[in-house]
Order: sequence, then structure tokens, then C-alpha cells
Amino acid sequence: MTRSRPRRPAPVDPAVRALVAAQRGVSRRSVLAGGLGAAGVGALLAACGTGGTPGSSGTSGPVTDRSETEKVVRWANWTLYLDYDEATQSYPTLERFSAETGIEATYAEDIEDNDAYFGKVQGQLANGQDIGQDLVTLTDWMAGRMVRLGYTQELDKANIPNADNLLASLQDVSFDPGRAHTMTWQSGFGGLAWNTQAVPGGLRTVSDLWAPELRGRVEVLSEMRDTVGLIMLDQGVDVAGEWGDDEFFAALEVLEAQISSGQIRQVKGNSYAEDLVSGDALAVIGWSGDITVLNFENEPMWEFVLPEAGGTLWSDNLMIPVGSPHKANAEALINFYYDPEVAAEVAAYVNYICPVDGAQEAMAAFDPELVDNELIFPSDATLERAHVFRALTPEEETRYNDEFQAVIGN
Amino acid sequence: MSIVTAIGHGPGNARAATSPARAARGPAYLLLAPGIAYLGVFFVIPVVALLVTSLYVPVPGGDVGQFQPAFEWQNYVTVLSTYWPHLVRSFGYALVATLAALLIGYPVAYAIAVRARGRPFVQAMLLVLVIAPFFTSFILRTIAWKQILADESFVVAALRAVQLLPPDGRLTATAFAVVAGLTYNFLPFMTLPIYASLERLDPRLVEAGGDLYASGPTTFWRVTLPLSMPGVVSGTLLTFIPASGDFVNSVLLGNNGTTMIGQVIDSRFFKVSDYPGAAALSVVLMVAILLLVTSYIRRAGTEDLL
Repeated sequence: MTRSRPRRPAPVDPAVRALVAAQRGVSRRSVLAGGLGAAGVGALLAACGTGGTPGSSGTSGPVTDRSETEKVVRWANWTLYLDYDEATQSYPTLERFSAETGIEATYAEDIEDNDAYFGKVQGQLANGQDIGQDLVTLTDWMAGRMVRLGYTQELDKANIPNADNLLASLQDVSFDPGRAHTMTWQSGFGGLAWNTQAVPGGLRTVSDLWAPELRGRVEVLSEMRDTVGLIMLDQGVDVAGEWGDDEFFAALEVLEAQISSGQIRQVKGNSYAEDLVSGDALAVIGWSGDITVLNFENEPMWEFVLPEAGGTLWSDNLMIPVGSPHKANAEALINFYYDPEVAAEVAAYVNYICPVDGAQEAMAAFDPELVDNELIFPSDATLERAHVFRALTPEEETRYNDEFQAVIGN
Repeated sequence: MSIVTAIGHGPGNARAATSPARAARGPAYLLLAPGIAYLGVFFVIPVVALLVTSLYVPVPGGDVGQFQPAFEWQNYVTVLSTYWPHLVRSFGYALVATLAALLIGYPVAYAIAVRARGRPFVQAMLLVLVIAPFFTSFILRTIAWKQILADESFVVAALRAVQLLPPDGRLTATAFAVVAGLTYNFLPFMTLPIYASLERLDPRLVEAGGDLYASGPTTFWRVTLPLSMPGVVSGTLLTFIPASGDFVNSVLLGNNGTTMIGQVIDSRFFKVSDYPGAAALSVVLMVAILLLVTSYIRRAGTEDLL
């Protein structure tokens, strides 16, 4: 550079000129100083921190609800868990919610695993910060942890008149008495599934998975409560009742033996479905809705049953995280999905158990074939054979998880 | 190609001899500031947070995942005594994968850089083929491997037919598949630096070897290989380090008997909510890699090449 360039005249466009002026006003030094100052580093360290003690949480105080001025609601859910229209690439019921209420809904398939999602957001929740979602969908035991830790906002039932439609069996749950903080989204069964061509005789009990001809072609879930729960049921333990270390470790021993003998090929999350398709897995411990979707997307060749000794029953629950500034909007959304007709439409797509009373009658108008589908509207006889894994104390949860992870190779 | 060259040979060695004028330092630091700030925010602070977290203890009577600051060095003893087999396994897999990548990558790099020399179009096409896999996410490619090696695939059927696999043998969910996946995924990181080194190989030196009555293999061993060592060292490091921390290949292609240390850290953090344990394992992994790499570079005698 031999010649210095003359300073350019300011741009003519007023908007651009304002931008340039703003840019010149801030010196680079002050930006760096601000970003790296002691306060910045402190905040960063706090953000990276892990939970902290119970007393130290909630430093920012209760959030004010801005639902009146900001007509938005942000919802984090699992994949394949809301009716989706391939042709228009949209969620029909969600569009209708926006049209009816004027509230713009953002839907994210953010949740792949309860623990992983909790691990991602718990630092912010402990500080009472907005995690960027107004509604999250988590399974019973994790919902229990969220409520216990004070990471959820209490629901105002006056905003959710349809809450009365919640099935009676789900209205009072141990982890959230009186459903003050959570509402069920969908429920499902953990049970046995198999390839009907390779295993024409089918499976009736969990022990059938250990047949020599299935060696190396069996997969079980990495969700402790389903896999260990089903083995415990097979051993005659009521997973919902009072049981302790002896029963848990007896079941874990079976799992360990079947893994080390090579009977169980892999322990997996949702991806066991891919192995059923590729043929690597012929028989699995899996989830009811997955199998329906698999049969729908591929040539139907898989069957799902609850084992004779009983299966597991779990629910995913909607809740409003502590830092959400759009509580009333989130409540409006819950209310919308507790309308029986909307619930029937969702159930017809996701194929999990619908928690809304009256949806079965509404389904008659929507898709008569599904009215008698046991996986969506289970009969009392079926429900009697499905059990909810009892709530664990924090101490038990840590210890059992630790042992389970060790057995599955982690 | 400039990136490739940069991997093999950092500039700057040559310039270090002529010391810059003292007055030029100010702007130099100013230009370095973004880099230093970036490293400060995204490397130093996280590492400090990691070290601090690794010494935390659970809150007495607290809920899952609640910890408080402490100096619990016992955390390191616990994770090391529990997970040393996983550490050994990870480094073992990474070592085998690195050697396999070297055996596959060196001839490829040699063919492109030396044999195809003077044919720029062929060279360019071959290089594109080496880099082409990067155009797709490596997770997708590894999932594709799962299908290719599945029990019902023709690969397994063929191996069974020629008795290389027993009738009930399989490829997925085995250590072999994990190492093969690691080798495949990191192969370009091995090939490109070696290519960059060989590309600059002066053919006159090889000719001189022949003129001095060295046989082909001797010339390769005494001339070509030593001159390509910078590429070999960079390539092995670029393969070994990420391979030992990798967990995608083991998750997708392995099973419970092939768990690598990255999977354990993932499970400690996300499944058990044992944040101090996960942090302590991460520190152990970092230190172990640092020690291994330092002793390797010492032994290779190529400190000045990196």
C-alpha cells in the first residue's frame, strides 16, 4: 500500500448510512473488552457449569408472561410424534391451531433421548433461564425429575378447560399429584416384536428371546425401564409395586448373561428399527408405535405383542419449562390438543395410545378402522397387562443407571 | 490444493530466520487477537470448566445430576480403575486403524503424486476421488456401511461362501467392523498429507539413487520414504487422534463389546448424569493423547516439521 485511500463518502441510503454510523461508533477495543471482561468470563463459566446446588438456582426470579404481546409458542417434541402432511410439508393440526388462536407455533423435533435432552438444557433450567422452548415433551420419570427440581411452571387449568378430557387412569400420577405441572401427550407399550417371516412361531414371553436359533439376532432397548422392566415382569415381579435391589439385580443378571453369551447382538435406542429392516435383528424388545410405523413404511412383516407376563406402559408428558415467557400460549396449545377430534387426528398418525377421553368416539368419524385398534385405544383387559415402572428415588436412579450402563458395555 | 500443502508443510520456518522489525510486532499482535480470543473463549474456558467439574462431588441428598464444587481427586482414580479397558481398547482400535490407513493411503498417495506426475488431469481426478466422500456426511456414510455389511448382504453371503466367515458369522456389531469404519472414515486425512509430501519429491533424487546403484526398493527406503516422512507423521496424527476419541463408528458398527472411550464419556454425561466422571474421563483422554503424541513426535524426530 503506497497511497492511502481517501475516506469514502457516507452511503446515500439512510438505512445503510445509519448502519455504517453505528459501526464506526463502536471501537473494536471496546467490543473485545466487553466480551472478555471479568463479567463475561464469569457468565460463561456459569453457563458451562453443571447444575449447582438446589439453593443457588432461580437467580433471575419468576419470568413475566409475555403471551399477550408475543403471539408465539415454541414446542420441542420427539420425531414422528405429530401428524405430518408430506404433500404440503406441514403439520395440519398445528396449522389449524395457529389459524384458530392467532398464535404462531414453532415445532422442533429436538428430543431424541430423555437423558440427553435433560443434559443439554439442565444448566439453563437451574439458572431459571429460557431454554428456547415453551413446551417440552418428556417421559414420566424425567417429567417427575423436572417437577421435583422445580424446573416446570404450574399449569393454570382455567386456561385448559379441555384438561377434564384426560383419561381417568392418568389424572393422578405419583410424580405429579393432581397433574399440576404436566399433561399426557401420548402413551405407549414396551413389549416384544419380531420378524414374522423369520420367526413364524412368534414370541410369547421374554424368555422366548433367548432361544438358540435367535442367537446374535436379538436386540433390546437401551431404555433401562423397558428392558429391565420386561425381564423383571418375566420373572414374576410387579414393576409398579414394591420391589428392591434383589429383584432389579436378578433381572440385570439375566441381561448380562445374554449379552456376554452373544445372544443379544446390540443394545440400542430407537435405531433398533433400522436393524429390523436390514434383517440384522429378527426379534427385539421394542415400542408399540415404532412397529406400526415400520409396517406402514415397509412391506408389513413385523408383529408386536405384550408378553404373557405383561409389558411396560409409559407416557410422554407436556410441560412448560421454568424460563418460558409464553405460558398462556403454551396452555392454549395443550387445550387445543385435548379436544377429542384433534386428539383422534393425531392418534391416527402417531399410532400411540391416545390419552384423551372421547377421542375413540371422534375417531369413528375420522378413520373407523382405527376405532378398535388396541395400540391406540387399548381395552381394559390390555391395559391390565401393562405396568408403569415404579418411581425411583434419586439415589436408586443413579445407582441402577450406573449398573445398567456398565452391563450394556458403557 | 493450497490447503493440502499447508497440512504437510507449514509456512513460516523459512521466514523465522529473518527476524521482523520490532515496530511490526504491534500489528502482528492485533492480527493475532481474533485467533487468541477465539481460543480463549472456545478452548481455554471450556478446559478450565472441565478441570473444575472433574473434581465436583454429588450434593448430599441431592437429586440426579446435582453436584457441588470440591477437590475430589478420587474421581480420577474411580474412572481410571473402572474404564481403563475402554481406554486401552480405544487406543488399540485407533492404532490398528491408523496402520491400516497408512498401508492403504501411502500407495494411493504415491500413485497420485509420483506415478501420475505430469498428467494433471489424471491427478486432479484421482484427488477428487479421494476427497469425494467428504461431500456426504460421514454419519450417513457409516450408516450405509451398516447396510452393506448387514447379515443379509451379499458381502456376508460371499464371505460365508468362501468360508472366510463361519455360517453364522457376521460383520456388523463386531470389532472388525468398527476398525474398518475408523480406517475408512479417516483415510483421506492420511492420504492427503502424504500426497502433499510426495508431490514435492524431486525426481532427480530418485534418479540419483539409481545412478548410485541402489535397487528400486532401497531407493524407496532410503530416499522416497524419508522425504515423505513429514506427510506420514501428519497423516498418522490426523488419523490417530480423532480415531481414538471417536464414538460414532462404535455406536453404529459395534456392539457392547466394542465400546470406545468416547461412548463411555457420552453415557456418563447423558445417561448417568455423572458430570464429574465424564469430565475426569475427558481430561484423562486429553492427557493420554498428549503424552502418546509427544512421545511419538520425539521418536519420529520431526518436531521441526509440525
